[in-house]
Amino acid sequence: MSSHNTASLGAEGRVPEPLNEKSLRAQDIQEQRLLLSLATPALLAVIAIVVIPVGWLFYLSFTGSDGQFSLVNYQKMIEYKSYARTFVTTFEVSILTTLICIMIGYPLAYFLAMLPERLAGFFMLAVLLPFWTSLLVRTYAWLVLLQKNGILNDFAMSIGLWDSPLKLVHNLTGTLIGMAHIMLPFLVLPLYGSMRKIQRDLMHAASNLGASPVQAFWKIYFPMSLSGMVAGSLIVFVLCLGFYVTPAVLGGGRVVMVSTQITAILENQFDWGAASALGVVLLVVTMIILTVATKVFKLDAALFGKR
Amino acid sequence: MNWLKKPASDTQLTHGDRLWLYIIATIVMFLLVIPTLIVMPMSFSDSQYLEFPPSNWSMRWYYEYFESSKWMRATMTSLQVGILTMLLATPMGVMAAYALFVSGHRASKLLFAFLITPMIVPVILIAIGVFYSYGRVGLNNTIFGLVLAHAVLASPLVMIVITSALRNYDLNQERVARSLGATRIKAFFVITLPQIKFSVVTCALLAFLTSFDEVIISIFVSGGSNATLTKHMFAALRDFIDPTIAAISTIMILVSTTLLLATQFISAREKK
Repeated sequence: MSSHNTASLGAEGRVPEPLNEKSLRAQDIQEQRLLLSLATPALLAVIAIVVIPVGWLFYLSFTGSDGQFSLVNYQKMIEYKSYARTFVTTFEVSILTTLICIMIGYPLAYFLAMLPERLAGFFMLAVLLPFWTSLLVRTYAWLVLLQKNGILNDFAMSIGLWDSPLKLVHNLTGTLIGMAHIMLPFLVLPLYGSMRKIQRDLMHAASNLGASPVQAFWKIYFPMSLSGMVAGSLIVFVLCLGFYVTPAVLGGGRVVMVSTQITAILENQFDWGAASALGVVLLVVTMIILTVATKVFKLDAALFGKR
Repeated sequence: MNWLKKPASDTQLTHGDRLWLYIIATIVMFLLVIPTLIVMPMSFSDSQYLEFPPSNWSMRWYYEYFESSKWMRATMTSLQVGILTMLLATPMGVMAAYALFVSGHRASKLLFAFLITPMIVPVILIAIGVFYSYGRVGLNNTIFGLVLAHAVLASPLVMIVITSALRNYDLNQERVARSLGATRIKAFFVITLPQIKFSVVTCALLAFLTSFDEVIISIFVSGGSNATLTKHMFAALRDFIDPTIAAISTIMILVSTTLLLATQFISAREKK
């Protein structure tokens, strides 16, 4: 970018001579290093809060109860059925939540992208308001709405949708409803961003050349919106994998995700090795999915470039 | 209904053909907003049970909240930790974002990826790891420990917002200032900072909210007289539905809505 900028020379106000090129380059490099040192506090903080603690867990996961190196914690994961079930549940919940988000998020993002920008900005508040509201508050709201004599059951029975109260919470249904609500903005925001970048002229051209509106949508618009959709889905999926609060409250102990299991192990058995091993596997799975997906879909720009 | 027959898209669809889309989008937006809003009227109910609409109105749960020393202390802790997190994460993130953006060093891209890892690593893992490490150095249940952990969660957000602000800003202005004799520090504070100040305010608010709403790390790392609001709320939600939560939720919704509208206002100002 500005690695060999001439700004550092500007102060001297002279055109550099080839003779001092070496010292100038040295100055440049020195300044680069000085600049980079501004990132030191952030770097140290991340090392203290992420690298060392997670490294420690990594170490604990490979340590047996006698303090020697052992794979016993990972063996437990294979031997005990409950651990395997936890991972299955986690993937199930994450995949279903992602699919629900795509199904209801795509039409919403499309609707917003079709509106004039000013109006879209207003309707966007409907996405941003829950996004900014505490996750705990939203989980609580769903608990209230979905409970046995809650608003949704009362309403559905009063208009005759079902006769006796349905069990909507403290199970998978409640968990999925709550998680989809919390994750939806993470899908809609990048999707909307990529849709806004699609040139309307292309749709115009397609219909000029004889495509029906449906054809034009599926052949032109949809493929171009895919990058945003994949990026959004990936964010949703990865966030779901490590989710704790909503499944713990709305699942009512019936939906045991990896993170719920980790805390349960710590609370009941104080088994740091087993809890760490679960955490390490969760981290490795997350990393693999992220790396593979960014490579396959070339997502670097979509995920990190534009925000 | 003339409007229905008007063209709505570049592919000769009318608004009438699009009606299904408008209906779906309206329902989804309704579903997004209503659950949050419905908590507000319920917080004014007189009943132990959560009924809607409430049969009798009262401020009972607000009294319960404001008169409880447990909730008040937790609120104070959360506000204190939120503000301190904001004051720590904002300069830390702005410095890092500026450094990595301006220096063309080979390592800067890698460093950026490293510094935003707190967003990628599952929070539960950070929470138990920090709990374990803090146990060794005696930082559990301290304000400082919680602030440090929250600041690390918040600084990637700060970095992303500031980096995108710097992208839209012409760094040559800073070079001009420096060629006229300003030091780099002076050039940053006099020329660059005033032009990205709205983004700085936005990410400061984001940092505050990140800490104020954070649950998992707070559950593990905060405790005793330094337990946060979210820690108490989570415990109350898991065990039984205490209507006081409705009152607290209403207050939290008002706080986050105010902050959201503030950022919207700020970004509108910035565009001008």
